[in-house]
Amino acid sequence: MDYPSKLIEDAVNQVAKLPGIGKKTALRLVLHLIKNKEENTFALTQALNKLRSSIKFCNCCHNISDTDLCFICTSHKRDRRILCVVEDAKDVMAIENTSQYNGVYHVVGGVISPMNGVGPTDLKIESLVSRLNQEQSEVKEVILALSPTMEGDTTAFYINKRIKDLTGKITVIARGVPVGGDLEYADEITLGRSILGRTLFN
Amino acid sequence: MHLETLHLLSFKNYLDENLRFSPRINVLVGKNGSGKTNLLDAIYYLGFTKSAFSSSDQQCITQGNSYFFIKGVFKNDSTTKEVTSTVQLGAKKIFREDSLEYQKLSEHIGKYPIVLIAPDDVYLVNEGSEGRRRFFDGIISQLDKIYLENLIQYNQALKLRNGLLKLYAERGSAVDWIAFESYDKLLSTLGDSIFKRRSAFIIEFSPVFQKYYHFLVENSESAEVQYNSELKGKTFSAGLMDVRPRDVALQRTNFGIHKDDYDFILGNEALKRYGSQGQQKSFVIAMKLAQFEILDLHKGFKPILLLDDIFDKLDDFRIARLLELIKSEFGQLFITDARPERTRGLLNHINVPSTVFNIDQGKVTLYEQQEK
Ligand SMILES: Nc1ncnc2c1ncn2[C@@H]1O[C@H](COP(=O)(O)OP(=O)(O)OP(=O)(O)O)[C@@H](O)[C@H]1O
Ligand SMILES: [Mg+2]
Ligand SMILES: [Zn+2]
Repeated sequence: MDYPSKLIEDAVNQVAKLPGIGKKTALRLVLHLIKNKEENTFALTQALNKLRSSIKFCNCCHNISDTDLCFICTSHKRDRRILCVVEDAKDVMAIENTSQYNGVYHVVGGVISPMNGVGPTDLKIESLVSRLNQEQSEVKEVILALSPTMEGDTTAFYINKRIKDLTGKITVIARGVPVGGDLEYADEITLGRSILGRTLFN
Repeated sequence: MHLETLHLLSFKNYLDENLRFSPRINVLVGKNGSGKTNLLDAIYYLGFTKSAFSSSDQQCITQGNSYFFIKGVFKNDSTTKEVTSTVQLGAKKIFREDSLEYQKLSEHIGKYPIVLIAPDDVYLVNEGSEGRRRFFDGIISQLDKIYLENLIQYNQALKLRNGLLKLYAERGSAVDWIAFESYDKLLSTLGDSIFKRRSAFIIEFSPVFQKYYHFLVENSESAEVQYNSELKGKTFSAGLMDVRPRDVALQRTNFGIHKDDYDFILGNEALKRYGSQGQQKSFVIAMKLAQFEILDLHKGFKPILLLDDIFDKLDDFRIARLLELIKSEFGQLFITDARPERTRGLLNHINVPSTVFNIDQGKVTLYEQQEK
């Protein structure tokens, strides 16, 4: 595409680097910015700059945080005997939104994915091991809440191996038929697993 | 089962063709390069969701175009099903049965069994083990959904395991074998079940194959297909343990059912070294005929048979034998021949009605129809 200005071109190229945004959408966003009030754009860039320079990750659970220790890790209301292992901050938000969980988290930062160059040492697994190894660790149960893919399963298997002597029990989140869904529309594998992993009524 | 109608849009050298076929014998005649094999390939595509001759979908699109579309209407007793395939450059391939899109292409495999006998089938004898595994996997997958799923998962796990070996090699760091345990466990479970299925299949396949080989070749020596797997002498986990040093050195997995092979034996010798060209051809045709019979047996209906230039390669005795089968054993049949007189003469000789299509530069015309 030919742009009328080098400035536009540079801006479009930067915006188009964001996930899910192509050149066309990027151009629309850039044109929107220059059409609107100048201070709006500065407010945006300021927020982004501040985000990048000040964002922190919790020293304990590696979730995104404004402080050295996140509000979940410091809260007195959370149950420190249950620890949930997730891939990233999005998953923490998703589980928090369910209001069904009151334990703490450990964000490993992804899954073992050789095709994307991610091995076990690229994840915060060592830090989970030392967290559970600490004398004051009260963790009685670790919940593995990783993606139900071969990569997720591999990672869960690896973590299980590494921590199995460091905690009471290790559980995985249930996999099954979506609530409100029709049984006949569930795919065979999901339905098969739901049958195998059935639970007592009540 | 038979293919009643076929619609092709920009598939290879077919721009827009609507065809109606005979439920019995369809003869496709035309000069070299007219599109006879391409038409067989389009039919094959509907059965297997991929081409038999081109390695990519892109090669099936008419040059200069950006998509192709195939629609086939299949009839089996009183039920009629419409299968369509839409391939667009840069988009996901779409396969539909009666307008309902498949979530996974593998769900389609086996529903419309097709057997193809082509001149270059002797690659099964002369080339590497991969083609032989693919041939047998193709048959078993059409009989056994779970086998196909297991195979797909096995290959995915294998790819990830090899990827992890490469990752450690690139980083030059010591291999953490704990990270491999999950793959190894998956490979063992899936591999064991694939090994068992392959072993069982060859027991079913062998007598059928031998029947056809001896039917095609008079006074023949013993012919045998043997399944060879390192799993015969070792458990999967022990095998993986033994090859660890080699895995690290070569950055790939050196034990497993992906290394299996099938040995073709004539007399007591390897067919590849010992067999004449004619014997090799008969051997391969007998394997394909066995494939046909086994599919027929399991499905309860006859697969569609595609015979590409088959008469070119056989002597009169074997042609006569094949014609006997055409008369009595097969259902719907597509035969290509660049020499129309020959095929028509042969079919007239055995007094079997056929429909002849003439093909010229991707245009098909009905040439002659004899029905009883
Ligand atoms: N993607 C494509 N687009 C256009 N034409 C194609 C495409 N792929 C193949 N062809 C053409 O199809 C022709 C080959 O057709 P095919 O192999 O079906 O011939 P055939 O009738 O079987 O010939 P033979 O008697 O030699 O076996 C070639 O001329 C080739 O140019
Ligand atoms: Mg041909
Ligand atoms: Zn925290």
